[in-house]
Amino acid sequence: MSSRPSRRARAGQWLLLAAVAGCAWYLAHTAAANLRRHDMGFGFGFLLDHANFDIPFRLIAWHDGDTYLRALLLCVLNTLLVSALAIVAATAGGLLVGIMRLSRNWLVRHIALVFVELVRNTPQLVQIIFWYVAVLQTLPGPRQSFVLPLGALLNVRGLYLPVLRAGDFTGALAALAAVALAAALLLRRRLGARGLIAPALLAAACLASAAGLQRPALRGFNVAGGVQVPPELVALWAGLSLYAAAFIAEIVRAAILAVERGQREAAASLGLRPAQVLRRVVLPQALRVMVPPLTSQYLNIIKSSSLGAAVAYPELFQIFAGTVLNQSGREVETIVILMAIFLAISLLTSAGMNWYNRRVALVGH
Amino acid sequence: MTGIVKRAAMIGALAAALLGFAGSARAQAPADSPTLKAVKGRGQLVCGVDTGIPGYAYQDAGGTWQGLDVAWCRAIADAVLGAPDKVKFIGTTSKERFSVLKSGEIDVLIRDSEYSFIRNTQLGLDEPAVNFYTGQTFMVRKSLNVAHLPELNGATICVLTGTTLETNIADYNRAHNIKINTLLFERPEEAFAAADAGRCDGYTDDGGSVAAARSTMKRPGDWMFLPETIGGLEPLGAFTRQGDEAWTRLVKWVHFAMLEAEILGITRADAMDRAKDPKDPDLRRFFGLDGDFGKLLGVDNQWALRIARDIGNYGEVYEATFGGSGLGLPRGMNNLFDHGGLQALPTWH
Repeated sequence: MSSRPSRRARAGQWLLLAAVAGCAWYLAHTAAANLRRHDMGFGFGFLLDHANFDIPFRLIAWHDGDTYLRALLLCVLNTLLVSALAIVAATAGGLLVGIMRLSRNWLVRHIALVFVELVRNTPQLVQIIFWYVAVLQTLPGPRQSFVLPLGALLNVRGLYLPVLRAGDFTGALAALAAVALAAALLLRRRLGARGLIAPALLAAACLASAAGLQRPALRGFNVAGGVQVPPELVALWAGLSLYAAAFIAEIVRAAILAVERGQREAAASLGLRPAQVLRRVVLPQALRVMVPPLTSQYLNIIKSSSLGAAVAYPELFQIFAGTVLNQSGREVETIVILMAIFLAISLLTSAGMNWYNRRVALVGH
Repeated sequence: MTGIVKRAAMIGALAAALLGFAGSARAQAPADSPTLKAVKGRGQLVCGVDTGIPGYAYQDAGGTWQGLDVAWCRAIADAVLGAPDKVKFIGTTSKERFSVLKSGEIDVLIRDSEYSFIRNTQLGLDEPAVNFYTGQTFMVRKSLNVAHLPELNGATICVLTGTTLETNIADYNRAHNIKINTLLFERPEEAFAAADAGRCDGYTDDGGSVAAARSTMKRPGDWMFLPETIGGLEPLGAFTRQGDEAWTRLVKWVHFAMLEAEILGITRADAMDRAKDPKDPDLRRFFGLDGDFGKLLGVDNQWALRIARDIGNYGEVYEATFGGSGLGLPRGMNNLFDHGGLQALPTWH
């Protein structure tokens, strides 16, 4: 009886829905009328036009004169790359600092406290520019690079890592190693750690089959060869990860404190060492509390990746809402595309996190 | 029916233009301009300028806006409202500048912006007059030992994004089969810092902006300009919304008044003296003693006198901003036509 809404309540809901639809229609209509008034058409055909600019950092090939659509793909990949790297680092860092916050050691506890308060209470953009201008730009020029082990070079232009030059069998061996690793993960219940023997052997063979190491070296103005990790990526990554880590640390601390004291005492009375208590008893239960607020931290990282525009990291906002918008003159379309993509990435992330949340949630508790 | 009317109107306009009949200018409503009306009603001109770049538009230590573009804004306010300080300056980024103008937030955009075909047609903007001729210039460290642009193959250049600069480099790379890398920055501050720290081998922008950038380096003497410019001639000037010809005309003739003052040798210091009953017909026209030149623009006839008295002639403004008293950039292309430069103007009669 009481679960069925009254007729009046239902009419109210329909009215509300109609009002929302009316507002949406009015906004769309006004936008269209304004566009017409300024002789600005609306359409996405421009995506197939040729873009005439360079994208300095990218994961897949780019030539001057490729289409705007490909430029979009490149900068989406750049955004995903820095977001993924930052999510991994922020989670690991946040977990560590969160546990440190609860340490019995005064120094460890207070180091973590100072980190959290310092990072959490200064603007994120300032932190990113700090890493870029005040830290990474104090490195020496390419002619005075620091030489690191294995021939890696570090200078103001970035970190240059040596890469393996593939031999005749390297590709095939790498594929086999990946298959073996996947099988070991799937059958981990039955095989346990023994399952890792085959992938490890295959990976070693893969390394041995490589024809050699391609070391970066100074050529002309810049260092050539190897893989370049540009300072723009590092600065943005550091700014995103540390900022989120401070918030995640507080989430971790709260979640651990939320685990009943009795659980810890029971585990200790069974003779488990403190590290075991944390890993086997406290963290698995804390995880359930952590996941929902973690999701919003991950979403924050993804959205804040657009701050990379300030430090010349070619991500979605800078390339698409900057260069492409200006060259094509399609303000409304580029911003609509930009918002749709950020929305899609965020929704997918929260869908994934919700799935994980359901998996770790207590069943029938 | 409307087709015939339209065609007749067009033929009429063409005939008037061909004849150059002075009376026709008087016959058309001289200043039926929504923007002019709005500025007068508000008692203030809203002028879109750069967010801050020495030479063009920047705030000095006292918070007062200075620069070549700023002087034009003040001159417009002086002509329309009778006071050079009745201006509200809005700093616009390269990304948002045209949207801000098109949406009507500002009355005119004078923001070291290049005149181009696309901006005139596709973006629907008018380009009244050029106040600064330049070309895309490169600044590199002297220690690189580079004397010419093609030797920059393989080098990395810091660039501001959302401009024609990137496109020009891409074109130059393709035409010469070389690869000058770019690093794209949103704001000049970070781009200058990156160039100064050696993250890039050089910095590029139009000549005036590069001169401004050089003045902010830790040791400006370590940097040199390359002789080549790319992307052709860059005429920088004001932008107005299309569909308001009377306003566009006013903006254009305010610039021409500053040029005319220089040609006639009128300076800030002597404008008032020379306006006292001069014999020269050119001076009489300029000071509004003969003819109705101000009325035709929709302002009073003393508009040019005020500009000369309060702002000065174009040469004086250049000297104070880019010239000897400013960034030390030679006058070059921005000289008057009779001094080997490109600054020229139509006659007044």
